[in-house]
Amino acid sequence: MKILVLAKHVPDTETVIKISGGGKTIDESDFKYMVNPCDEYAMEEAIRTQDKHKGESVVVSVGPARAQETIRKALAMGLDRGVWINTEGYSGGLDSYSVALAISKVVAEEKPDVIFAGLNTIDEGAGNVGPMVAEFAGMPSLVNISKLEWQNEGKSVRAERDVESGIVEIYEAKTPLLIAPHQNLNDPRFPSLPGIMKAKKKPIAEKKAADLITDKPKVEVRTYKLPPEKAPGKIFKGKPVEEMVTEVVKLLRSEAKVI
Amino acid sequence: MTHKVLVYAEVRNGKLKSTAGETLAEARKMLAGKSENLHAVLLGEGCEQHAKTLATFGASKIYVVDTPDTNTYQGEPTIQALTQIIQKNGYTVVVGPASPTGRDFFPRLSIRNKGAMLTDVVGFSLDGDSVVSDIPMYLGKCAKQAVSAASITFVTLRPNVRPSEIVDANAQANVEKFSVEFDRAKITSKVVEVRKGAGERPDLTEANIIISGGRAIASKDNFKILFECADAVHGSVGASRAAVDSGYAPYEMQVGQTGKTVNPGLYVACGISGSIQHLSGMRTSKCIVAINTDVDAPIFQKADFGIVADLFQAVPILTREFKKLME
Repeated sequence: MKILVLAKHVPDTETVIKISGGGKTIDESDFKYMVNPCDEYAMEEAIRTQDKHKGESVVVSVGPARAQETIRKALAMGLDRGVWINTEGYSGGLDSYSVALAISKVVAEEKPDVIFAGLNTIDEGAGNVGPMVAEFAGMPSLVNISKLEWQNEGKSVRAERDVESGIVEIYEAKTPLLIAPHQNLNDPRFPSLPGIMKAKKKPIAEKKAADLITDKPKVEVRTYKLPPEKAPGKIFKGKPVEEMVTEVVKLLRSEAKVI
Repeated sequence: MTHKVLVYAEVRNGKLKSTAGETLAEARKMLAGKSENLHAVLLGEGCEQHAKTLATFGASKIYVVDTPDTNTYQGEPTIQALTQIIQKNGYTVVVGPASPTGRDFFPRLSIRNKGAMLTDVVGFSLDGDSVVSDIPMYLGKCAKQAVSAASITFVTLRPNVRPSEIVDANAQANVEKFSVEFDRAKITSKVVEVRKGAGERPDLTEANIIISGGRAIASKDNFKILFECADAVHGSVGASRAAVDSGYAPYEMQVGQTGKTVNPGLYVACGISGSIQHLSGMRTSKCIVAINTDVDAPIFQKADFGIVADLFQAVPILTREFKKLME
């Protein structure tokens, strides 16, 4: 089985966002980066799937040089090789369409049976790229999957998708397909020391985003802004609970008007 | 140019979702209050019963795709149905809810129709002929203003960011039955079963009031007091990742970075310390109440009202007071 994983190197969860250039850019000078948390579930599921069905696993990441750190982590966890789509030297906007278009070229070349993608990223947060890549490749996308059973020697799956309010849709789908797991599907492993050592020797192929993105972006960003500072709230303490709660409920009606 | 807008009105379990009114209201505002080019689409057997409601929200034409293929949402048939309606009628803006369903198929729909995708926006409007939108990013720590550069634009609107508006309570529905020619060879995934949830409470992403519990809840059983509180005000119950990881609540209730992003009028955080991961899922709530024994818990910095107290004492009183208000 050929398995592809989509992963992104993203600013750390704790990152403080500063806007510069009169609202035109985000000041990334103090950023620290990490593997996008949702993508670790995709990596783990790829390794487990390969353990069962053999074959090869490949991780793809789009970004500047630092994106290779996310690829290395995936390789240290156990994936076989990486493809880095280098965005350095690409001057166009990187909307989800452009990123998905670039990845779709790699998908066309690699012809995977299954693609695992993170549900969402913590920077842009749209969750567009996985379904878009699947659409480019003409394969179904099963998103927010909490349970996965391979059937028919890896030719099809039965997957549970958590929708909302406890509603679960159970899908049967044939490969090739894309799966975006949610955090209940597995528990991502930490790379072992031998894993980290081995990863250093695993190959990462470089592709240029400028060669793969053969169309203009469809969405352009005009400005960035920070949310308005919230006025400090009213904190009640040191009084009888009864008194504090009834006071807050009164304010919820009279002042906040939310109930 | 004149924009033609199609709104996907989501139906689940035979019920029209509240997002239908919200998306129609925002789209109508974009069209400067005119309904002429504001149309909507309903999918699934028996869906026509909701056409009248959509008409009262200002949809001047409602497509009805009354076929069993679209009874349960399952991606490909929905995308094919919408694509045929869009291409036959020349829509330039297609709007849906940023619900789990809307977010599942809109990115694909945008690619199939060579359009721009604006996901999970908190508002959209026209600047000249261009569709512009505000989109939160970096876990809500900042927002971007993004503009479509394509001739057709797909937008998903975050639930609860704006109210529905009844334009004409007596409006009659102008229904067009639309028959879809499905390309069945392309349907390689199918929903074979749907397990229904409890169903009595609103979906978290659409709930107007959410009572949420954290690690301090200490057991699955103790969540009962939160459900009682939520039920008093027709709300829903959420949980922090700590509570979910401890097995006190199922993942579907998780609010935060790897769970759901919610946007209620009132969010009551009970025994939740307020990690950045949790805050990212609820920071846009209009009013936040925090109940926690630890006066230094970060949640108090984000709260409009904080109560430094034991949640097991405070929540039952809150429930009682809510019940009084609702009488």
